[in-house]
Amino acid sequence: MREHLRKLQSVVALVIMATALGFATDKFLTIENGVNVLRQISVNVCLSIGMTMIIVAGGIDLSVGSVLALSGAVAAGLLKTGLALTPLDVALQFTTLGAIVAGIAVGAALGLFNGVAITRFGLPPFVATLGMLSIARGLTMLWTGGHPITTLGSEFGFLGTGAVLGVPMPVWIAGGLTALFELVTRRTRFGRHLYAVGGNERAAALSGLSVNRIKLAVYALGGALAGVAGLLTAARLDSATPNAGFGYELDSIAAVVIGGTSLSGGRGTIIGTVLGCLIIGVLNNGLVLLQVSPFWQQVVKGFVILAAVAIDRASRGED
Amino acid sequence: MPDLLTDSESGDVLLSARGISKSFPGVRALDNVQITVRRGRLNAVLGENGAGKSTLMNILAGVFPPDAGEILMKGRRQTFKRPHEAQQAGIAIIHQELNLLRELSVAENIFLGREPRTRLGLVNYSGMHRDAAALLAPLDLSVDPGTQVRKLRLGAQQVVEIAKALSLDARVLIMDEPTSALSDHEVEAIFRLIRQLKARGVGIIYITHKLDELPHIADDVTVLRDGKCVAAEPYGKRPHDELIRLMVGRELAELFPKSVAAIGEEVLRVANLSLRRSEHSADYTVCPTSLRVRQGEIVGLFGLMGAGRTELLQCIFGLHPRRSSGEIWIEGKRRSIRSPRQAIAAGLALAPEDRKVDGLVLAMSVAENIGLAAGATARGIGLADPRREGALARRYMNQLGIKTPTVAQPVRYLSGGNQQKVVLSKWLTIKPKVLLLDEPTRGIDVNAKREIYSLINELARGGLGVLMASSELPEILAIADRIVVLSEGRVAGEFSRDEASEEILLKAALPSGRPPARQAG
Repeated sequence: MREHLRKLQSVVALVIMATALGFATDKFLTIENGVNVLRQISVNVCLSIGMTMIIVAGGIDLSVGSVLALSGAVAAGLLKTGLALTPLDVALQFTTLGAIVAGIAVGAALGLFNGVAITRFGLPPFVATLGMLSIARGLTMLWTGGHPITTLGSEFGFLGTGAVLGVPMPVWIAGGLTALFELVTRRTRFGRHLYAVGGNERAAALSGLSVNRIKLAVYALGGALAGVAGLLTAARLDSATPNAGFGYELDSIAAVVIGGTSLSGGRGTIIGTVLGCLIIGVLNNGLVLLQVSPFWQQVVKGFVILAAVAIDRASRGED
Repeated sequence: MPDLLTDSESGDVLLSARGISKSFPGVRALDNVQITVRRGRLNAVLGENGAGKSTLMNILAGVFPPDAGEILMKGRRQTFKRPHEAQQAGIAIIHQELNLLRELSVAENIFLGREPRTRLGLVNYSGMHRDAAALLAPLDLSVDPGTQVRKLRLGAQQVVEIAKALSLDARVLIMDEPTSALSDHEVEAIFRLIRQLKARGVGIIYITHKLDELPHIADDVTVLRDGKCVAAEPYGKRPHDELIRLMVGRELAELFPKSVAAIGEEVLRVANLSLRRSEHSADYTVCPTSLRVRQGEIVGLFGLMGAGRTELLQCIFGLHPRRSSGEIWIEGKRRSIRSPRQAIAAGLALAPEDRKVDGLVLAMSVAENIGLAAGATARGIGLADPRREGALARRYMNQLGIKTPTVAQPVRYLSGGNQQKVVLSKWLTIKPKVLLLDEPTRGIDVNAKREIYSLINELARGGLGVLMASSELPEILAIADRIVVLSEGRVAGEFSRDEASEEILLKAALPSGRPPARQAG
């Protein structure tokens, strides 16, 4: 019961914000603007789904912004110029689908690397993914030579700018992933085991769970989802820029925390996180519509994060 | 109270506590207990695990207040609300687990929170080191006060704790099994130090299990049993045998009826299983040990604190693959067990000592906790079916009598006894062959204890082999068919149910004062 009330808190906050903005500006409560907000948050939703699962399992991933950039850049580069394997005297050409798969695979591989650093070498997740934040950004610079890779073709561009039934593709993708991972976290053994590992790793291991394998999987998944976010970003702009996704890890963690996920693990939901993304998205959108300076926007966002978590803690009481 | 007046007039009573009682939910931990500490004398406190020693020490050190009774320090009545207040009154306690910050220096530890400052408000390190050296010199510890504590040997760390207590001007020093982890040489040094402290007029309360230490240091003895004080007298009035007899004799509130199961084939055989202190160490925490458990049999594993009970069970369950060696046979087949997963696959289950830390995911529901082991052993990604999980959990809830409004209740809100039943249910879902129990009723009230005992009996009747480690004699005697006694990591005896009595078991379990276990060859 209490759990339901708490979930309602985010919804209530969202409704209040939307109503207030609706009165403040007649540009807010329009279908066009609504779709706009959803499109804007879709990248953060992809990142934050992975982030939620990682945090629920007791970890954290600071590298998602950089992984996003490298995945997008690799997909764009493969699509545009292919891959020249000079020693073998072979040049590989990639179809759009091939490039997409490769981009997601790069994200998954980087995530897996995080997982290996954490499980096999015992690094704290904060440190392991901080390292990857720098590694992946550096690799992106090397891969792109520091220049954006542009004109990626309409097929690829459809991912970012296309629409089906009037709904933009990124919104379809983010929505689909939300539904999929809501199911995964609620109804699969893997999903439930994330909560067990994050709630009490020792008890989980003593109950026979392969804690390391679960962690490897969740970091790889988080990386793959960052890869998807990278594709969406590149497709939307028709350009993979080397500094794409800079600082996105913070927005992602903010959305997860606003959504009621405990940073100490074991508790949180995908739906809550998506609500958190929406709150941040509506806030950004509203402040722009109200022509608040971008500098003030950051200040306000920071206070909203603090308030949301303070309210969540207070309503939880016993903690 | 005229006798009190004479005590304080004579001037040699430092601390006197009278009529101390304390209850915890379901347990009467202390019942009208008294203890007196005199200037320059050491009062050795004896008692089985659970007799109430640590509760008494915690009350004297201000960790929590007594329900009834009074504490007098030099004749003045004291009510401690916090450890700090006991400290100010002159009572210092040195816990078995030392309370030092390992990364800080010796001097920083001694003066933690009271660092001397320079005029600029910075820490005056030269002054602090000088004062620390002055404190340490008479204690025979010649280390640089700037040394990090983690670089010191355990015995030296203990001396640092003592120095800290003395710098707080402690008149009464409580020491909780200070020698349990020390080498012979270090024990000698601690004894010398104790004699020196006594000569300086410090009164000492000394908790120990090692009776052969008493002739070296004890002046008085206090024996606790079942929360009551059964003896308080000068040391030497009775022989050790009689002291042991006083320590035992705890009773369960009601005698527990043991039902005898048909004992079948051997299900677990452990041969020469040992646990080294560290990966490259020749020291053993558990010396090579062999034992076996048959179907329907409950084997009790008795030992005092630090005897190696928990560690032995953990080795069997594959928790120390790098430090342990030996063979494990399940139903006559040799199994390699190097992780809990392999242990579970081989048919073992472990209900650990600390349920909240090792046994349960407290934030998850009763049903999810019960489903955990089955979920871990199932193959494939697999969809979890909450309805089936709920039905399964409800079945065990009824069968084991778990008291909870619904199976969706987070397990953290259950009482200790019901939490233990959840742990047992979790294992029963995967039908183990051998159940390893570590202190199965720790922190559980008397009625729930009886329920757990009858549950264990019932499981044994169903053909399960049970290996139950416990430090509580009444518990072991109530349900074990056979009892293996561990002392300092070795098997110190094996007794059938008929042979065993509290006295015999405790005598076997008491450390003999042998040098610490070392690998032969």
